[in-house]
Amino acid sequence: MLSKRIIACLDVRDGQVVKGINFEGLRSAGDPADLARRYNLEGIDELVILDITATLERRRAMADTIRAVARELFIPLAVGGGIKTEDDAAAAVEAGADKVSLNSAALLNPGLLTTLANRYGSQAVVCAIDAKHAVDANGNKIYAVYSRSGSTAANRDAVEWAREAEQRGAGEILLTSIDRDGTKIGFDCAMTAAVSRAVSIPVIASGGAGRLHDFVDVFTAGAADAALAASIFHYAETSVHALKEHLRAHDIPVRL
Amino acid sequence: MQSRIALIDYKAGNLTSVRKALAAVGAEVYTPEQPSDLADAQGIIVPGVGHFGATAALDAEWTDAILARVGEGRPLLGICLGLQWLYEGSEESPDLKGLGVLSGICHKLQGDSTEGHIIKVPHVGWNSLDRLSNAPIIDGVADGAQVYFTHSYVAPVTSDSAAATTHGERFASIVQRGQVAGVQFHPEKSGEVGLQILRNFMKMVG
Repeated sequence: MLSKRIIACLDVRDGQVVKGINFEGLRSAGDPADLARRYNLEGIDELVILDITATLERRRAMADTIRAVARELFIPLAVGGGIKTEDDAAAAVEAGADKVSLNSAALLNPGLLTTLANRYGSQAVVCAIDAKHAVDANGNKIYAVYSRSGSTAANRDAVEWAREAEQRGAGEILLTSIDRDGTKIGFDCAMTAAVSRAVSIPVIASGGAGRLHDFVDVFTAGAADAALAASIFHYAETSVHALKEHLRAHDIPVRL
Repeated sequence: MQSRIALIDYKAGNLTSVRKALAAVGAEVYTPEQPSDLADAQGIIVPGVGHFGATAALDAEWTDAILARVGEGRPLLGICLGLQWLYEGSEESPDLKGLGVLSGICHKLQGDSTEGHIIKVPHVGWNSLDRLSNAPIIDGVADGAQVYFTHSYVAPVTSDSAAATTHGERFASIVQRGQVAGVQFHPEKSGEVGLQILRNFMKMVG
């Protein structure tokens, strides 16, 4: 049976993981490769490196970070943040990324999803969607999509955009709830389920993870195929292994 | 001396991860530019992701060279699309022939959107191996071990299957017939289990 995936996200700025790290026994608390190694030992299913600087000057540093993480880890590695062009994606892939995640760039130029799917295969193309509950001009409830780190309304609905992204060649959807991000009150199961049921590609839920049971909820009520979290793992509030034990105890298939 | 492994690049996906994993198990990898470059390969790997149509690049000259090496007893490993190519063909590209060393035709997994029984296609993620044989390629891999898949088409379970996996239906996830082996998942992305399978292939190479 296909396992539900647990994905750890490393937000990297200037070659260092930010959002704070609280692990003991790491050589350098903010070193992405060190943290990736730790998660791998704990049984993480996949890693996402999110470049939160994403400026031109930093791109080389980012490639070094990807290379350092990819060198010794043999699990899927996705890279996102600042991928605007085919060349940006190629640099990430050449450095060792298995998947590239596009957000604002895909909204601006949806054809980029197709270009990358044709070049690397759909399995290498993740469409990241940041969305929140909203009401449209006609008073209908929608999941409004935002670009540029949640700052700019894209005037699109997440369900409709996810369908288009799939049709254009995306192989997975990484859906982040702007309402829940950083709140630790649980994933947005209603929005996740709405998107997951609208597409046949996997949907990764993100934003709001706090308690172990939030993951049970997003895999059942939320119909998510995978769940992503950052700070609850970084601060060692929850070990990946303990989380998977909890999921298994609630009949959620996991890799243990 | 390291064993020289020919990793065939027919432009079906990026090979960075495969190269890295092969280096980790001690293989010396080279990419043959023409079929004659296969002459001194001690083992051959056909990787690949994507559409079966991409295997059209493996034309008669390539298949003859590969079959000649296999005939000399040199091991061949197909990964993902490379496994499917070992069969007679695939419904994804009905006009194209596979290598044909394994019997059967590959077909598409069936999705299911029934509430409570949702089966998404493509099949993406970690799934378990049901061991079906003691073939060398699966040596040291525990029954139920999980590996990373990403694909929509599958090969049928036959007497050549060393392991099967279930996603809506049961399909061949590891195959071996003589010196020819294949894996439907990505050993380069499947943690220690994946590396063990690559080590097993290197043992077959000797």
